[in-house]
Amino acid sequence: MIGKLDETLDFQASALKLRGYRQQLLASNLANADTPNYKAVDFNFAESMKAATSAPGGQVAPAPLQITSPAHLRGIASAPPGVRVQFRGALQTSIDGNSVDLDAERAQFADNAVRYEAAVRFLNGQIRDLTTAMKGE
Amino acid sequence: MSLFNVFEIAGSGLSAQSQRLNVVASNLANAESTTGANGEVYRARQVVFSTTSVANAGAESSGVRVSGVIEDQAPLRRQFDPKHPMADAQGYVTFPNVNVVEEMVNMISASRSYQTNVDMMNTAKNLLLKTLSLGS
Repeated sequence: MIGKLDETLDFQASALKLRGYRQQLLASNLANADTPNYKAVDFNFAESMKAATSAPGGQVAPAPLQITSPAHLRGIASAPPGVRVQFRGALQTSIDGNSVDLDAERAQFADNAVRYEAAVRFLNGQIRDLTTAMKGE
Repeated sequence: MSLFNVFEIAGSGLSAQSQRLNVVASNLANAESTTGANGEVYRARQVVFSTTSVANAGAESSGVRVSGVIEDQAPLRRQFDPKHPMADAQGYVTFPNVNVVEEMVNMISASRSYQTNVDMMNTAKNLLLKTLSLGS
C-alpha cells in the first residue's frame, strides 16, 4: 500500500527534481552571460524525464567515478541520474567565444520556473486527493 | 538541492557585476585625472570574468568571478593646453585613455546583468518557499 502511495507521487517528484536542476543550469548560464569563452548548457527535459521514470524503481543509480589519485576530480553527482547535459547550439556567437543568448536564457528561466510551480501544484493536488480519500469525509 | 545552488551562482554573479561597476565608477571618476596614485597618468581598468565552480553544484554549472583587473594599454589622450600646470615642454597635457561613452555602455550592461542575477535569486526564493509549503 505504501509502495503505491509512493509511486503516485513519484512522477511529479522526479519532475520537480529535474526542473530544479534545470533551474540551476539556466542560472549558471545567466550568471556567466559576460564570461569570455563560456558555453551555455542545457538538457533535453523530455528525454531525461523518460529516463527517470522508466527505470525500475523509478531511479537510475549514478555510476560512481573511481578515484585513484587525490588530483582526480571528485565528480560530484550533481546531475540527477538520466540527465545528459549538453552545450546549447548558439543562435548568435559573440566575438569573445561566449554562447549565452541572454534573452533566450531569460525566457527559458521564466518558463522553467512556471513549470516547476506547476509540478508543485500537481503534487499538492495529489496529496490533497490522498488525504481526502484517507479521511473519508 | 539544486535550487540552493541558484543562490550561490546568482550571488557570485552579483559580486562580480558589482566589482565591474566599481571599476567603471573608478574609470569615470578619473576620466580627467592627469596624475594617478603612482605618479603616472591614470589608465582605464577593465575586469576579466571567468567561471568558478560552486560547491555541490557539479561541473556542469558554474558561478562567475573576477579573475583579474587589467589596465587598458591603448595610447593615452594628448591635448594641447599650454596653460595647464601638467603641460609638457611642447604644451601638451596627457589625459587618461578612458572612453566615457564606452564606460557608460559598460555601466548599463553591468547594471542589467546585476538585475538579472537579483531576479534569479527572487525566482529561486519563491520556488523554494512554494516547495516548503507542499502538502499544507
